[in-house]
Amino acid sequence: MSDVLTVPNVVAAVLFGGVLLYAVFGGADFGGGFWDLVAGGAERGRRPRALIERAIGPVWEANHVWLVFILVVMWTAFSSVFSAIMTTLFVPLSLAALGIVFRGSGFAFRRITVRTQEQRASGAVFAVSSVITPFFFGTIAGGIASGRVPSSGNGDAVTSWINPTSILGGVLAVLVCAYIAAMFLIAEARRRRLGDLETYFRRRAFAAALAAGAISIAGILVLRDDAHRLYTRLLGPGLPFVILSIVCGLAALALVRRASPTILRLLALGAVGSVIVGWGVAQYPEMLGTHLSIAAASSPRATMVAVLVVSVAAALLVVPSLALLYVLQQRGRLEEA
Amino acid sequence: MSPLWAEAWIWICAAEPPQLLPARQQMAFTLGFHIILVPFGVALTFIMMVANYRAIRHDDDVALRLAQRWSKVAAVLFAVGAVSGTVLSFELGLLWPELMGRFGPAFGIPFAIEGIFFFLEAIFIAIYIYGWNRLRPWPHFWTGLPVVLSGLGGTASVVAANAWMNLPAGFTMRGGRVVDVQPLDVIFNDAFGYETIHMFLAAYMVAGFLVAGVYAVGMLRGRTDRYHRLGFVIPFAVAAIATPLQIVVGDIAARQVFDKEPVKFAAIEMLSRTSTHVPETIGGIYDDGRVRYGLRIPNGASILAGFSPNTRIKGLNEVPPELRPEPHLVTLVHLAFDVMVLIGFALLGLSAWFGWAWWRRRELPKSRWFLRLSAIAGILAVIALEAGWVVTEVGRQPWTVVGHLLTRDAVTTRGNLWVVFAATLVIYAAVGTATILVLRAMQRRWRASDARDDVSVPYGPDEQPLEKAIPGADAP
Repeated sequence: MSDVLTVPNVVAAVLFGGVLLYAVFGGADFGGGFWDLVAGGAERGRRPRALIERAIGPVWEANHVWLVFILVVMWTAFSSVFSAIMTTLFVPLSLAALGIVFRGSGFAFRRITVRTQEQRASGAVFAVSSVITPFFFGTIAGGIASGRVPSSGNGDAVTSWINPTSILGGVLAVLVCAYIAAMFLIAEARRRRLGDLETYFRRRAFAAALAAGAISIAGILVLRDDAHRLYTRLLGPGLPFVILSIVCGLAALALVRRASPTILRLLALGAVGSVIVGWGVAQYPEMLGTHLSIAAASSPRATMVAVLVVSVAAALLVVPSLALLYVLQQRGRLEEA
Repeated sequence: MSPLWAEAWIWICAAEPPQLLPARQQMAFTLGFHIILVPFGVALTFIMMVANYRAIRHDDDVALRLAQRWSKVAAVLFAVGAVSGTVLSFELGLLWPELMGRFGPAFGIPFAIEGIFFFLEAIFIAIYIYGWNRLRPWPHFWTGLPVVLSGLGGTASVVAANAWMNLPAGFTMRGGRVVDVQPLDVIFNDAFGYETIHMFLAAYMVAGFLVAGVYAVGMLRGRTDRYHRLGFVIPFAVAAIATPLQIVVGDIAARQVFDKEPVKFAAIEMLSRTSTHVPETIGGIYDDGRVRYGLRIPNGASILAGFSPNTRIKGLNEVPPELRPEPHLVTLVHLAFDVMVLIGFALLGLSAWFGWAWWRRRELPKSRWFLRLSAIAGILAVIALEAGWVVTEVGRQPWTVVGHLLTRDAVTTRGNLWVVFAATLVIYAAVGTATILVLRAMQRRWRASDARDDVSVPYGPDEQPLEKAIPGADAP
């Protein structure tokens, strides 16, 4: 037991927790942009777009805090891993950063612009960047998971992210974001009693779930050939989580008409989150390929403890503040209705 | 291109890794962009609280309107700052992998703390804006306090990281690796105190003078109602109080730099050889170990540094030639320092003018020249902020972490950075332009509908009712 519950492992778990939160909550934001992009012309897509904006507006971009958290914990606690990833996967990382700039600008400006043309331009920027950003993050995850980042960094600038596992990661990331967002939007539409929009997003949630499922099954074959360690570990220690994900995903689809919005959200989060946890379990105890373990990559003990203290302080300060914001938001909505 | 710059260019191309110049330019540009947004998170939020306090205490509708509008400006600029700040955290890794890879265990700690403050500020800006119509006045007022405090905390954390690069402390190196860290010594390094207070006051000056300038322009155009006068006085008073304090703190900081960062001080004074009776040179350039042009005040630098003409100041000759800052960088540091000090005293004069009139008559100076100068004071304050930042950053060169890591060793070897830099310039120009256009659009709409506030901002609730946004929202 004591060799699992080491300080480096706990910090790695905290780091991975950040990845998980960014994937599900940031994913919902990105997915909103996906449905905005495919909602069709200005007139036809007006109502779904308005719902998307209503649903994700309040927390839009706040979720990048998780990304900043991941970067900071990684460069402090696992600095050699950070520089190895940065010097290898610099192309998709730069492109993802570009996407974040565009999305963030869309966020800052779209609600203030008044003319339709301006809104359309910033809306298009927002929608396109919402799709390319998770795609590049997916390719980065694929490059890391398939062991293509050397410990000393400076790995291949092209094949580290243009390879079967990375492409699989990118496509899955986009689909998964679309799926979570559609599930969240079903719940939003129901709460606002917008029956037609509920049906609209139910159809799309089904489509996204089917596509993600089909790609995942094909992905198993891809991983067997391209990332054998990930493949065997996903079907070994990671298997319970893979199964949990499938169960949650199917349950969400089966209960989509009957379950309460909260249950639907939880099932969607469970379906996506458990796959990501499965990846983490499969990766453990390595950080990069089979050549750099958590223990070997970790910073001196005092730094690791400092990171833990900061993380605990963050949780203690941030959770009640977020709760207060949420209460106010709900109160506002009650007034609105 | 002057011959001096041409020489520098050739020298850089011959001796430096090709990535160094674009990486430095890009980092300087994006940081220089971001630093302008910092004062709004730190100090505009404080100014907004002052107006809010006045609104409740004196039942002042005009102050209330100002506080509400300033909170929305703060939200827009915070959203833009969040984006440019996220980009900076990518850049630290993409441009300077050796800095992060080797020194992350020490250098990263202040950033981890900054993360908490950033998160809290984002949440409480949203709470404050949501709370305008949803909380009772006093509880709402107090939700603004965490915004101000976390703005200060976040700035202090980032300045701690910067100060650590100037005077690194709290770690032990063995075999090129950081093997032991004392987190508190990393944060509270020897440069932390003076850099932090200097930056705080700079933030109050920039935000105060810039915001006051907006209303000064309004008054010059004949809008001299109470809304404009109060909108001018609150931020200007904050900046006018910060300015004399800043002169004192700046003076102390300069002596601390003399004491603890002698190479930077030598660059500020363009001093090639260690000596006493060092003159204070105003203007001028440093070329080939000599000072050319400029106005010399005999013994000035020695007196300022140690209150006596006999004060010995270390020159650049104390540094081995290969570790000396390049001459054109010495000139840049020196001129930036002069610009900062010059603007500081100009703003001190303007503040004194305001203080005198207020003390005598409880009103603004009558001269239109006061308003004209106030209209540009904010821009001058921004220039001083950038100049001060150039002094501390360029003055550290050729080091990234003084004594431990040269900038040329910190830089990445990967990617075509000129292309990245070009793209960055274009995008930031677009974001900067959009920010200004958006703020102007808000201003126009506020002027048009002076009775009610109907501008939706990031982090805030929608002002437009749901039924209008989604037709049929009430249908079952």
